[in-house]
Amino acid sequence: MTSNRGAAVVIVGGGVSGLSAAWWLARSGYDVLVLDKGIVGWEASGRNGGGATHYQSPLFHEEQRLWPQMDALLGYPTEYRRERIIINLTPAQQARTRHMATVCRDLGYPSVELDNGQLRTLVPLAGDDALGATHFQFGGHANPQRTVQAYAWALQDHGGRVMQHCPVTGFVTAGGRVTAVETRAGRYGCDALVIAAGPQTGVLLRQLGITLPLAAARAEMIVTEPLPLMQHGGVDGNGLYGRQTLRGNLAYGGGPHEWLDENDGTEIARPSTPLLGSLSRRLAALFPKAAHARVIRSWAGIIENTPDGRPVIDRLGDPDNVVVCTMSSVGFGLSPATGHAIHDLVLDGTCSFANIDKLSLRRFDGLPADWRQRRGWVPPLAVADPVGSAVDRR
Amino acid sequence: MDGSAVTPIDAKSITGKYPEITRRSQLLVVGAGPAGIAAALEGARLGLQVTLVDENPVPGEMMGLDVPQFYGQCMTGAVQNPGRMVEQILATSPGLEAAFDAGVEVLLGTSVWGAFVNGPAVQSLPGRVAGLADQSQSWLCGFDALVLATGARDLVLSFAGIERPGVIGANAFHALVARYDAFKGRRLVILGSDTLAIETAFLALDHGIEVAALVEVRGEPQGSPAAVAAIEARGVAILTRHVIVEATGTLEGVDAAVVVALDAGGGARPEGRRVIACDTICLAIGLVPTVELADVLGCQLAARADRGGHVATRDASGQSSVAGVFAVGDCAGPAPDAAAAGAAAARAAAHWLGVAVPDEPPSPTPDPGNSDTFAYRMDWMRALTATGSPRVLACLCEEVTRADLLGVKPPRYLDCTSPQMVARDARSLLADGPLNHDQFKRLTRASMGPCQARRCREQVAMLLALASDVPVEAVPLAGYRAPVRPLPLSLLATTGESPAMTAGWDVWFGIPGQWTPYADIGTEREVLDDDGSGDSMHL
Repeated sequence: MTSNRGAAVVIVGGGVSGLSAAWWLARSGYDVLVLDKGIVGWEASGRNGGGATHYQSPLFHEEQRLWPQMDALLGYPTEYRRERIIINLTPAQQARTRHMATVCRDLGYPSVELDNGQLRTLVPLAGDDALGATHFQFGGHANPQRTVQAYAWALQDHGGRVMQHCPVTGFVTAGGRVTAVETRAGRYGCDALVIAAGPQTGVLLRQLGITLPLAAARAEMIVTEPLPLMQHGGVDGNGLYGRQTLRGNLAYGGGPHEWLDENDGTEIARPSTPLLGSLSRRLAALFPKAAHARVIRSWAGIIENTPDGRPVIDRLGDPDNVVVCTMSSVGFGLSPATGHAIHDLVLDGTCSFANIDKLSLRRFDGLPADWRQRRGWVPPLAVADPVGSAVDRR
Repeated sequence: MDGSAVTPIDAKSITGKYPEITRRSQLLVVGAGPAGIAAALEGARLGLQVTLVDENPVPGEMMGLDVPQFYGQCMTGAVQNPGRMVEQILATSPGLEAAFDAGVEVLLGTSVWGAFVNGPAVQSLPGRVAGLADQSQSWLCGFDALVLATGARDLVLSFAGIERPGVIGANAFHALVARYDAFKGRRLVILGSDTLAIETAFLALDHGIEVAALVEVRGEPQGSPAAVAAIEARGVAILTRHVIVEATGTLEGVDAAVVVALDAGGGARPEGRRVIACDTICLAIGLVPTVELADVLGCQLAARADRGGHVATRDASGQSSVAGVFAVGDCAGPAPDAAAAGAAAARAAAHWLGVAVPDEPPSPTPDPGNSDTFAYRMDWMRALTATGSPRVLACLCEEVTRADLLGVKPPRYLDCTSPQMVARDARSLLADGPLNHDQFKRLTRASMGPCQARRCREQVAMLLALASDVPVEAVPLAGYRAPVRPLPLSLLATTGESPAMTAGWDVWFGIPGQWTPYADIGTEREVLDDDGSGDSMHL
C-alpha cells in the first residue's frame, strides 16, 4: 500500500459538515486532509433548500451567530440572506406555523404575523387568498453549491488539503486509535479521524466495529426560470421548503421521500421522477403570481436519517480518536456550527459552546437490527418490467 | 423476521403514492421524423398499440426561448397561428397520414418532458411512464417499449453579437423555411461548409433567400467536391480560412457579419477583415444528437465524434442500455436510412414484448459517420477564441462570458470582490480533480438558464477542454434533467396526483420528534412539541 503524506486530522467526507470541520481546524492551525469519494459537496450538501433556521438544534444559537459572518470568514460568497417567511394557505398550516413561532419565541427569536395585505406587500408573488404568513425575523438561507466550494477553498487557504475521487476502503487501528486511513490512492496516516460521510457513514463505521443506524432516502426539488427579485428570498410554506435565489429562480422541494437500500458509496444515478408535477402544483398555489414561471430543472439528492431523525455528533470511546457526524437529513444550514462542534470534539472531546450530549451514538444501544423494517423505512417493491407481456393482437 | 410479521409502510414515503396510470401505450414513439414514423408504422403493422408523439408545431413562445432549436427570433408571425402550423406539418410529413390510417395514436403539439423507469435509486414508479404535455394539459402515459427518435439540435458557438435577432441554427432554419414557411430573413451568411452548410445554402436559394457567403475556418471547403462545385455554380462564395468575429446590427436584428481571414498561426489577419451585409447568420457547423430523454431515463451515454456528440450506447437493433428503450435516427447519430432503423427498432421492441416477429430482415448497417466532427468543431472554437474577445458570451441566458467561465467568476449580482475569490480561476478546480462541467456550472451559472443549456452545453465543454488541454470528449456531459422542456408551473401542476399523495405529503420526512426543541428531548414536554399533525415543522 502506498503511503502518502497524512495529516493531524483526516476527515472522511467532503460534504458541508466535514468541510466545515476541516475549515475550523485549519483556521485553528491544524493540519487537515479531507478525503471525498467524488467531488466536494456533490451529494445532499450541494443539493438542498439552503435553509439556515434550525430552532430544534442545540447548535441553533451558533448557527444564527455565524451565518451573517460567513462570507467574511470564508472569503467567498455563500449568497446568505437573512430571515424567513412562511405563508399559510389553510388553517392547519397556520396553526403549525404559529406553533413554530411560539417555539422560536421561547428560545428568544422574534417573529410577526402578517395579514394577507402585508404578505403581498412583502412577497409580491403571494396570492390574494393566502390566510397570511409568519415573518421569522431571524434565520435565513444560502446557496448550497456556492457554500460547499467556499468551505473547500477557504480550508485550502488555511493550508488544509482536499483529495477528491479518493474513496476510503478501510482503517488502520493500533492501541485503541485509528492511525491511518486506507484509500484507493493509498494510505494516509492521522492523529485524529472525523467520519462525516453522509449516507455512507454507517458503512464506514462498521469497519471499526461500530454500529450507526442510518437509512438513506431520495428526495426531489424543482427550479424555475428567474423571476423578478423579491425583497425576501426565504419564503416557503404549503408543504414546500426552498427559496428564491438571488438570481431570481424559485428552488423548492418537499413531499414524499423514497427509502433506498444501503449503498457502499458506489456511484448511482439520482433520477428525479414525475413528483415534479406535484411539486409544481404546490409551488403554483404558494405563489399564484408565479404560476406562469417555467420549470427548467429538477434534481434529486440522497440523504440519511437516524431512527429518531436527529443528528449524531459524537466522539467515540473506542477507538478514542474518532469523531462521527451525521446530521440526519438536516445538515446544510447548521454546518457552520457543526464544524465548530466537531473541531471542539476532536481537540477537547467536548463541545465548548453547547451541550450536545443528547446527540451521542449511545442512545441507539439496543436498537433491534430490523429497525428499518419495523418503521417501514424500506424501499418500495418495484413493478416488474413488461418483458414478454404483449398480447399478439393480429 | 417472523413470517407472519407484516412490514408497515412509512406513511410519508413515496411507496404507493403514484396514481394508477390510465393512459398507456405498448409502444411509445417520441419524434415524428422519418425514423419515428417508420417505427410507429412498423409497430402498428406488428399489432402493437402505438402512440406517436411530436412536439411540433412548437409554440411560438417556446421558439422565442430557442427551444428546442436555435430559432434566433427569425420566425414570422405565422408561428403564432397553431391551425396553420398543424397544416404545414401535415403537408410536409407525408408518413403521418399513413400513421393515422394504421391506427397509430398521433399526438402533435405534444412534448415529452420526461421518461422514467425504475432503477437502482427509484423503485416507486407505477411502471414505466412518460410525462407528456400539450399547451393546456400535462399527463403521465405508461409505456412498455419506447422508441426515441428525437432528432438532433443546433450546435451553437458564440461570437460577439450572437444574442442579436437574426443569428439562427441550421436545424431551426430548415424548420422555419421548409416546414413552417415562417422564416423572415432575406439574405444569409452561413457558417460552415460541410454537407449541412451546403444543404442549408441550397434550401435558402430554392426558397428565394440570398446566400451572401459560406464561411469556413479550415483551408478547404468541407463538403464533397461535387456538392461544393454545385453550390459554387450557383454563385455562392466559400470563404475558407475565415472566421466570424461579430454579428453587427441593432436590438432589432443583424445587419452584417464581420469576418476575418486567419493567418498561419490561427490569428486574425488585420487586412483580411470583411463586412458582409446580411440579415441572418446561420450556424451550420454541426448538429448535436438530442439525448435529453435518454439521459433522464438513465441510458448509458458515450461521447462519440462519429455521432456528433453524446449518444446512447446501443446494440445492433438500436436498443439502449435500458431494456426496451431504443434510440434511432439523428438522436443516435447520422443515419443513412433513418426509416429502416426506425422499423428495425420497432421489430426489436415487439420481439422484446413477446410478439412473434416474422421474417426479420437484418438490421440496417450503421452509418460509419464522420469521426472528424469534434476536431472540426474545436478548429472553429480555436479560431473564435483566437480572434474574439474574452467578453463574448459563453452562456447567453446567464450572460456568462468566456472570461467569467474560465475565471470561475461568481455572477455579477453577487458583487464579490474578495481577494480570495479574485485569486481563484479554472486552475483552482483543475488542481483538485479532473475537469467537470457541472462544477463550473454551479459556480458561474453557465448552463443554468431557461434554454436548459441548449445554446451553451457544447461550447462550454469545448472552452473548458481548450483551457485545460484535455480532449473535449473527456469532459463529462452536463446532465439533462426533467422537465426537458421549460414548461410552466401551472401546466405541470395539471399532471395530477393520487389522494394518497395529497394525504401523505409532508414538507420533509415527517419523522416524529425530528423538530422537537433540543431542551425538550427526554423531558415530559417532548410529546407536546409535536403539534399533533405528525407533519414536519421544517423552517
